[in-house]
Amino acid sequence: MIFAVGLDHFLLLGALLFVCGAVCMATKRNAIGILMGVELVLNAATINFVAFARYNPVFQVEGQIFALFVIVLAAAEAAIALAIVLNFYNNHMTVDVDTAEELKG
Amino acid sequence: MEWLSSHKELVDGILAIVEASLLVGFVAGSAVFFIWLERKVAGRIQDRLGPTRVGGRFGWLQTIADGVKLLVKEDLIPADADQMLFRLGPYIAFCGAFAAFIALPFANGWVAKPLSIGVFFILAVMSTEVFGIILAGYGSGSKWALFGGIREAAQMVSYEVPMALCVLVPVIVAGSMDLNYVSNQQAGGIWNWYLFHDPFTFLAFWTYFTCATAQCKRAPFDLAEAESELVAGFHTEYSGLRWSFFFMGEYGAMFAVSGIAVLLFLGGWQTGIPFLPELSSWLASALGDPEQLYGRYWLGWVIGNSINVMVFVVKGWVLVFVQMWVRWTLPRLRIDQVMMTCLKYLLPISCALLMGVSLWQVAVYPWVRSYFSYVLCAVCVGLFAWMAVKVVTTPSHLPVSVTGATNLWHRGPIPPELAQKP
Amino acid sequence: MTLTDVLFYLLAATTGICALAVVVTQNIVRAAAWLLFTLGGVSGLFFLLGADFVGATQLLVYVGGTLVLVVFGVMLTAQGPFINMRISAAEWAIALSVGLILYGVLAASLVISKQLEPSAGQSVSGEMADSTVLGQSLLGQSQAAPAGYLAGIPASVSRERKKMSYLLPFEIVSVHLLVVLIGAAYLARAKRRRSAVVPASSPQRGDGRTNGQQLGVTV
Repeated sequence: MIFAVGLDHFLLLGALLFVCGAVCMATKRNAIGILMGVELVLNAATINFVAFARYNPVFQVEGQIFALFVIVLAAAEAAIALAIVLNFYNNHMTVDVDTAEELKG
Repeated sequence: MEWLSSHKELVDGILAIVEASLLVGFVAGSAVFFIWLERKVAGRIQDRLGPTRVGGRFGWLQTIADGVKLLVKEDLIPADADQMLFRLGPYIAFCGAFAAFIALPFANGWVAKPLSIGVFFILAVMSTEVFGIILAGYGSGSKWALFGGIREAAQMVSYEVPMALCVLVPVIVAGSMDLNYVSNQQAGGIWNWYLFHDPFTFLAFWTYFTCATAQCKRAPFDLAEAESELVAGFHTEYSGLRWSFFFMGEYGAMFAVSGIAVLLFLGGWQTGIPFLPELSSWLASALGDPEQLYGRYWLGWVIGNSINVMVFVVKGWVLVFVQMWVRWTLPRLRIDQVMMTCLKYLLPISCALLMGVSLWQVAVYPWVRSYFSYVLCAVCVGLFAWMAVKVVTTPSHLPVSVTGATNLWHRGPIPPELAQKP
Repeated sequence: MTLTDVLFYLLAATTGICALAVVVTQNIVRAAAWLLFTLGGVSGLFFLLGADFVGATQLLVYVGGTLVLVVFGVMLTAQGPFINMRISAAEWAIALSVGLILYGVLAASLVISKQLEPSAGQSVSGEMADSTVLGQSLLGQSQAAPAGYLAGIPASVSRERKKMSYLLPFEIVSVHLLVVLIGAAYLARAKRRRSAVVPASSPQRGDGRTNGQQLGVTV
């Protein structure tokens, strides 16, 4: 019974990806590593949307539409984040976020 | 028969494995043929003969000899290379090119997975090939490979955009992204092909073909793998079987983009013979009645589809031959010229073509729309016939071998006008 | 165990293990490679769920676009010391425990709440919406009304949703993309690269030497 795949399995996988992304955002010192965490979180949300679109007929179109919007907006956000990281690198000669303490305290 | 329907999933799995094996066999066989063809085309264009020793007078088995040589080469991984990424690169590049064959129909209904978004899926999986190049370039641990890989990746990613826009042009005309449907719409005479449908699809074919050549990293856009530029670009440090994976991927991608061009613009598997309908359904209904499941109806369908497969494959091979022909004729472009061509010329042209075909479908007089294809078809066929006549009637001399002998192409006495002194 | 289940477990295992590898690995380029497989696995899951268009878009935009952008960023900033950045063991322990707690909370909330199950009148949708339906609803031309009703929303409100139109979000996202990409291109343009910012209290200031002005370089 537990082996038959249902909505719960997809949601648990989405939760796993979300947690991986959150831990990645928290632990990576490389600024681009943090960006990778953000991508993982967004993918987790997209899996949730599409799983609900499949397993609940009310969301059949909305789930996929929202997933498309999430993918597009994630691409836009990755572009801006990389531009910011490149500026940071040009100014500080490093991508280590532990050195970004000019606004501290 | 009941066992088949009760174990449907098992049958699906076995069918999937069989289809995948057929496609792998086709890609590998095509690659073997293309390597030989490339060397022969290169030779003849450069006024020499190409392989003539292995396997007869025309070097049919040259590719087998090359394959054996590559297999027994030493597998060398540089000390500075990132072990995992170096090993991964060729496989990702090959998988990206090969996965395109999932949605590529070879005949009416003979496709590994019929997808309603067929051409979009093919473009999507072929865009993952870029990653194999990047990983190979970085993972080699050498500056030539890194520069070549990054330039190559920038080129491939840039050329995807006008390629996708040009693919959209016949999709707008057909109304569907399903390649099977698009190809069936072009049944009948050669004037039904989307190449002749309106001026915008005509220009879209040439633009698509240029972008596809650049996407496959073929000359004149092959800066990143040119010997005079960056040693060998991203595959500098690869030797033996790993290198051959890159090239199987490249030839597979060449056939895949040629296949898309054939299906979208050149009528797919339609023979183009006037007033002859699509072969598989015509032969099926001519030979038997649809009621019998495996009688002559099925036989007619299979025979018709087999002819369709052969027509499609021959058309695809002709387009690959054109790509090779262009490679050995045109000089290479610099990397800034390559990027400028894409971003300053091909991209605005494809946007204009997209707008043009949309306006053509809705805003042009219906009688212009219906007769334009006949006019354009007549003009093109006339030009092609004139070119063929010129090719046949222009006198030429045979390539001369190193020893000055011209008797490699003749058996028996040599005609006096051909017995030239070296 | 149907074929769907086997494929799901394969793809989920791939995706999960590669996502964990993204977190664990210290090398930033290898993290990008593991992220590639994670995104590929997610795309496979979309195809398994029947959402072909979303799966192909994921491959085209995310893998072929966003991830290539991320890797270009890695290459531009990957000087020697920045490729491998080590995290201390204490940070690992804290991160691991926080991660496990967070996952436990999420999993528990998913398993405990049974209100998410579809009510008896609805079943798993047999056919997922085609790309035609998606395109029509994005353009506001869709004629389909939403199927079924949401548990917890009064029926009168559900009946008022006559058709699904996502034209406004579509236009907003298009303009948003345009603005964002122009902004990113402007932000990341080649600039004169100054040497590292020197604090005002350092003795290097005011000794008559000007900061070296170099032209910024792009690949």
